[in-house]
Amino acid sequence: MDVMNRNLRTRSIVIAIITLGSLILMFGPWNKGPNYKIAASDFFKPSNLKQNLSENIHLGLDLRGGTHLVMQVQADEAIQTISNGNVEKAKDILTKGKINFTDVKSLASGQVVVETADASQQSEIKDKLLADFGSSQWSATTRTNPPTVVFDLSGSAADRIRKEVTEQAKAIIEQRINQFGVTEPTVQFRGRDEDHQILLQMPGVDNPERVKELLKADAKLELKPVKTGTQLFSTEESARAALAALGPAEQSSYEVLHMRESRSGGASSVEGWYILEKNPLITGADLRDARGVPAQGLGYHISFQVKPSGAEKVGAWTEKNVGNYLAIVLGNQVKSAPVIKGKFSDSAQIEGSFTQQEAEDLALVLRSGALPTKILYLEERTVGPSLGADSIRQGVTASIVGMVLVVFFMLFYYKFSGVNAVVALVLNLIILLAGLAVFNATLTLPGIAGVILTIGMAVDSNVLIFERIREELRAGKIVLSAVDTGFSKALVTIIDTHVTTIVSALFLYFFGTGPIRGFAVTLVIGLLANLFTAVYVSRAMFIWTLTRGERQADTLSI
Amino acid sequence: MIEIFKHANYDFLGKKWLFIGVSWLLILAGAASVAWRALDGNPDTHPFNMGIDFAGGTLLDVKFKDTPDLGRLRAAIEKQGIEASKITLQPVGNQIGEAPKNEVLIRLPNLLHVERKAGESETSAKAETDADVGKKKILTALATLNPADTQGKVDINDGGRDKLQAELLRVDPLNLTAGGATQTPEARYSEIATRIVEYRDKTRGGLIASLDELKSLNGLEPQLWPKLGEAFFAGAAAVKSAEAVSPQVGADLRDRAIYVTLAACAGMLVFVAFRFKSWGFGIGAIVAVIHDVLITLGIFSITQFEIDLTVVAALLTLVGYSMNDTIVIFDRIRETMRVKRREKLETLANDAINQTLSRTIITSGLTFLTVVALVIFGGAVLKSFSWALFIGIIIGTYSSIYIASPFMLWWEGFKKSPQLATAGAPGATTASASSASSGMPAASAVRSGSKKKGKKARTASSMR
Repeated sequence: MDVMNRNLRTRSIVIAIITLGSLILMFGPWNKGPNYKIAASDFFKPSNLKQNLSENIHLGLDLRGGTHLVMQVQADEAIQTISNGNVEKAKDILTKGKINFTDVKSLASGQVVVETADASQQSEIKDKLLADFGSSQWSATTRTNPPTVVFDLSGSAADRIRKEVTEQAKAIIEQRINQFGVTEPTVQFRGRDEDHQILLQMPGVDNPERVKELLKADAKLELKPVKTGTQLFSTEESARAALAALGPAEQSSYEVLHMRESRSGGASSVEGWYILEKNPLITGADLRDARGVPAQGLGYHISFQVKPSGAEKVGAWTEKNVGNYLAIVLGNQVKSAPVIKGKFSDSAQIEGSFTQQEAEDLALVLRSGALPTKILYLEERTVGPSLGADSIRQGVTASIVGMVLVVFFMLFYYKFSGVNAVVALVLNLIILLAGLAVFNATLTLPGIAGVILTIGMAVDSNVLIFERIREELRAGKIVLSAVDTGFSKALVTIIDTHVTTIVSALFLYFFGTGPIRGFAVTLVIGLLANLFTAVYVSRAMFIWTLTRGERQADTLSI
Repeated sequence: MIEIFKHANYDFLGKKWLFIGVSWLLILAGAASVAWRALDGNPDTHPFNMGIDFAGGTLLDVKFKDTPDLGRLRAAIEKQGIEASKITLQPVGNQIGEAPKNEVLIRLPNLLHVERKAGESETSAKAETDADVGKKKILTALATLNPADTQGKVDINDGGRDKLQAELLRVDPLNLTAGGATQTPEARYSEIATRIVEYRDKTRGGLIASLDELKSLNGLEPQLWPKLGEAFFAGAAAVKSAEAVSPQVGADLRDRAIYVTLAACAGMLVFVAFRFKSWGFGIGAIVAVIHDVLITLGIFSITQFEIDLTVVAALLTLVGYSMNDTIVIFDRIRETMRVKRREKLETLANDAINQTLSRTIITSGLTFLTVVALVIFGGAVLKSFSWALFIGIIIGTYSSIYIASPFMLWWEGFKKSPQLATAGAPGATTASASSASSGMPAASAVRSGSKKKGKKARTASSMR
């Protein structure tokens, strides 16, 4: 008796601590800002507790609404870009080195082919270009007929470039998303390394079009001097004719670009063509900051600041070129070409009447820099908040109806012992929710499937124990020893079933994708909770029932 | 004490051939459905109705103001250059006791052009367009359903708070930009936008039928209405959810789902074999689980229920459930094996099934009740999931009795007496009369069967 009582006391204390701890974890103010304060009298109001609960249990996008985007970084294109760049460099180097060549081209990404008419120059071409391309990354082979040098990017170097490009893209996407003001976004790599995929999840964003445009936007800002002595041409033909008139030597360092001022406010826009120097004074990489600022008249301007190094370059140029024009080129289109009035300090504006949204988005893209290569959307899932709410309501309704049926049956079939099962079941759910809060796990629709399996196994554990006790009673054992034997025999089975399922859940967690992992997490937490409630809690209740009177009970309501 | 079975003593394993036969029939029916749909040369029939998670494509859940006119909707989508045969429109069933939902699921197959180059796997083939082409077309089509006089106006049912706030700022119906108000225009319009969007999404289920509804909202200035009506309108349809998946991602998700399920099964096989110190138990349990998955998939092929990621979760649930059921019985066998060492394994197995029968019926019954609740109240999103569990619970319970134990016995017998077991092994040519037609494990391959070859001919039904 005494032993039993002490045993019961220990159990009661453990159970009380765990229950209380779980409730505190569920309803505590754990996800508040540093300045969170609430009056003690308000703390236990149902609305406040409900609010805390919803902050502690993270719901997946399928339940709370939001956008899930999978992007693929077109990493191979980055290699093509590098190859094309090397083609240009090769032409330049060979021309300057006065080496004869007939053609330089890139037939496949990661390959540059130089053709020459003079076989004796092959080794010189090889050495010169390899020195420039980097001989650790590129290898060269010579072929005859026609004499050719083929440069190949090594496989490991290509892989490294692809990886870098993907990482760079992720960093830029992160930056853009954070600055855009999405709350709690998730940006992570997805799938295998060679997939170059990035997963972006944005809770609460149910209209992702603007974000998608923003992520893909590739605003390249350049400042290019307008050819001295020329102004705005009204037609492309006249600009091209003027360029052609310069003669072949000078021609190659200039280009014709379209000019269009952004005027969304309905004002007449200025349009035309400029002849600009090909080499920009500075590029987006020299930018320090960019902001959308309200213009005096209508709409918004974009104001930008240049880093000291860039500012020096522009400063030196502007000092010498007072009276000339400097074009602000955005994505290969001239946005404005102000006349130089004096030495440039470090900030300037892109004028034109943008809308506030346009100006802010553009400034954001300028700040975060250009994406290293294109991205492609592979998967897009948007759940509106009303659908998520529907799913929760329906899932909860179904669970409650199911639980009520189960409770009703357990009480009907096992009488008073059924109460044990019901208490264990409720406690199981409380610990499961607390576990989700502690591990910061996300509850998704498949996660609810995990909860259903957990509940099923929780009921099963109790049924196993009760049926075992009944068997022992039938065999003629006295109540206390029937309960004892029943528990110890059922325990083996319960541990076997639970551990087997936990083993499979671990596989699912480590090898599965998002939704399958969600299933595994809830399952593991639920089953661990269940081992505790079915075995420990239920047992304690039996001991309590059987020993609370003056003498040991000789009957059991089961 | 209410009891379902007082002294259960049924000869389960004696009738195993009947049930193994039924299982084969179900599996073959499923296989026939898969084969027939795959080989009939009709590109529109597929072995499985793969959801866009696995097949790629576009799926929109759209809520309409009134009962949607499916013909008109289809025509509008067709006008965006999509073949009529590719458009699937499926009205969402109304919930009992609730207002009509007026929701339609619009589904388009994959519209992306992906060419697989030689030697490239399905998953490595590169898509060249964004996955959302289909979505964009449907959105355009939905916009054409609105009356002509709404052109140039902003649909209040489309987009979130930010979009509404930006639009309110542009229109400035309260003339706040002129100054003089206590709040900045940004702050006030943000409040108004939040109020309207919350009303739309929480109270109205995502769709406001007319702007007049908003007049009853508390805390909004009446001066809003005239200008609001000029700039906004309540569109006929609102998108509740949109999914667009490229086939590349779909194939990837499918492959991973298959691999991870197989890996989990292998893990359980090893663990059960380890716990019971015998491969027979592990194999019996895994065969039963595979049996359940095959039959459930077969039924999904026959009924053409959609298979998506939640169905994979359901299959995993039923794997766990069936495994649980099997282990309870196996545990009982192991327990009695220690006490009754002389008894034949088959008799022990049959006794164990009987001893745990009450528990099996109660647990399955209760789980089944929960799943029925899920089927009835779970709603459209969970439909396939609920049905997979519904089928799975029945099959899973049945398989732990009629499939797991016979296979365990067959393997254990195989271990003890190779010759006997070969006679009964699946597909064996020397099979005894009782197993020749079905090619299933011989009933005779029991523990004591190894002692005397003569016992081989005894059929299971004569065993006690």
